[in-house]
Amino acid sequence: MNKEESLIRVSGLSKEFDVGKGFLSKGKKLKAVDQVSLEIRKGETLGLVGESGCGKSTLGRCILRLIEPTGGEVFYQNQNLLELDQESMRRMRRRLQIIFQDPYASLNPRMTVMEIIKAPLDVFRIGTPGERVQKVMEIARVVGIREEYMLRYPHEFSGGQRQRIVIARALVLDPEFIVCDEPVSALDVSIRSQVLNLIRDIQKKYHLSYLFISHDLSVVKHISDRVAVMYLGSIVEMADKAELFSNPAHPYTQALMSAIPVPDVDVVKREIYLEGDVPSPVDPPEGCRFHTRCPYAAKICRQTKPQLTDMGNGHYTACLRQKELAENRKPGTL
Amino acid sequence: MKRSSYFKDVVGRFKTHKLAMAGMCILILEILLLLILPVIMDLKPYEIYSGFGAFPSKEHILGTDNTGRDLFARLIYGGRTSLYVGFVSTLISFAIGVPLGMLAGYYKGLVEMVIMRVADVFMSFPSMVFILVLVSVLSPSLSSTTIVIGIMGWPGFARQLYGSVLSVREKEYVEAARAVGTKNLSIMIRYILPNSFSPILISFTFGVASAILQESGLSFLGMGVQVPKASWGNMLYAAQSVSVIAMRPWMWIPPGVCLLVTVLSINLFGDGLRDALDPKMKL
Repeated sequence: MNKEESLIRVSGLSKEFDVGKGFLSKGKKLKAVDQVSLEIRKGETLGLVGESGCGKSTLGRCILRLIEPTGGEVFYQNQNLLELDQESMRRMRRRLQIIFQDPYASLNPRMTVMEIIKAPLDVFRIGTPGERVQKVMEIARVVGIREEYMLRYPHEFSGGQRQRIVIARALVLDPEFIVCDEPVSALDVSIRSQVLNLIRDIQKKYHLSYLFISHDLSVVKHISDRVAVMYLGSIVEMADKAELFSNPAHPYTQALMSAIPVPDVDVVKREIYLEGDVPSPVDPPEGCRFHTRCPYAAKICRQTKPQLTDMGNGHYTACLRQKELAENRKPGTL
Repeated sequence: MKRSSYFKDVVGRFKTHKLAMAGMCILILEILLLLILPVIMDLKPYEIYSGFGAFPSKEHILGTDNTGRDLFARLIYGGRTSLYVGFVSTLISFAIGVPLGMLAGYYKGLVEMVIMRVADVFMSFPSMVFILVLVSVLSPSLSSTTIVIGIMGWPGFARQLYGSVLSVREKEYVEAARAVGTKNLSIMIRYILPNSFSPILISFTFGVASAILQESGLSFLGMGVQVPKASWGNMLYAAQSVSVIAMRPWMWIPPGVCLLVTVLSINLFGDGLRDALDPKMKL
């Protein structure tokens, strides 16, 4: 990967939460994000998929320092965000925005749409008050909020419209990077594609880079340039979208892929069923974290923790037996 | 542009609450009477007339007290005192409790620990006894009563606001505000306070009612507002003697009823406010 064009570079990012810490008990560490490294280039969308609770959202928030990471580095244009003091970080937030999952929870119920979208401009005192209103109106037009709705309150809108407001708020500061934290999962299926297309359109219009978090593979396939797959706090595979979907290397990715329904009765799919549940991140398995559910787990998987390694052409995977498995797999059977 | 205002909705919802409307009307009427009557009538609450403990008559429509003062005049002036103590002392509690509760809930950690433990200590004082002692140290008067009741009342507000702030601060819109670089003070004032304010606003009304009762209690014990100044509480002081209770009901029934009606109206008003301020309650 070319270093020059990367906008966000995350390396070794970790977040541990203290759990069960009481008066007498020392408590344990929950490793929500464990040594994650990734890169997001200018203008690209990196999709991040994984099951609920695998740490996707925590990772997104750690990058923006909405949750303070416990280790690692986050570079934005060669500036380590984790080294910034509170005030510098606050100013940096102009460039780094987030679109939240739940448009019902992420809008202040006591502010009108106009106030909500204008608030970021007020915070940074951008332009005159008149110019701010102009800017809000312009953004509202772009995301498709009608002018006559600007003085209404969030509870008067549907989920899709609310998400447009959330998007407008993220856009109004002219950011370069937006974390989209499952922006369509809370929406009705019927309006998902509208909102997804809006997110894609504004990316082209404003040259945005996205970290697009989702548990829905089809959504990620629709919008991403590259895709990273996360399991129990770590990235297990990362590649260009086409490469990942046609040639998934990690057993976990393969299992995810096999779960996508194929609308063709003639295709005989080899389905891989994962057994059991995701292990608790408080007590993650030794070695490869996936070995408890991996159909190919061998002795080595229980002992050694695999690293994310490049298989060539920017396809990264963290599987110890990846080479053997690739050789044994017959072409065309997924 | 169709403007839907939050305030308008609140008023609309409040209007549908009959008892609350009744309470509000009674309160407004009462406050108007207390303000206007002394101006248009010649009321002399401190003047001593010849008949001690006289039965209501044309001259003194509610009779006179044991010292021979006109009870109607004292009822009006006493009402002013009682409401004054109620509002001002609750405002004092509010002014101390709200900022402290907000800080404790927002910053957590050491700030929370210090503020909430101090509040706990305040709350574990037997408050009436403590107020009695404090008032007697400061020498009982209208202002000392008000201030002491006010100071003793803050932990209630602080705790309640603290509780709501704890839940509101975790809301996504607060995180969203942080994500666009909003400063802490602004987050507290524009995002957290408006969304955690209604319960405490309702408590304010109940606080006024309870402060009025506390003042009455203190005055009843002789440690509150001092005679000759009148308050409903120290008018009830007269009812400490059995003979007055049995033989001279005009001396204690009017202030007692006024107290009851006022506190009841305030509480009804507060109930209505609670329903009206909840934006999820549809008309």
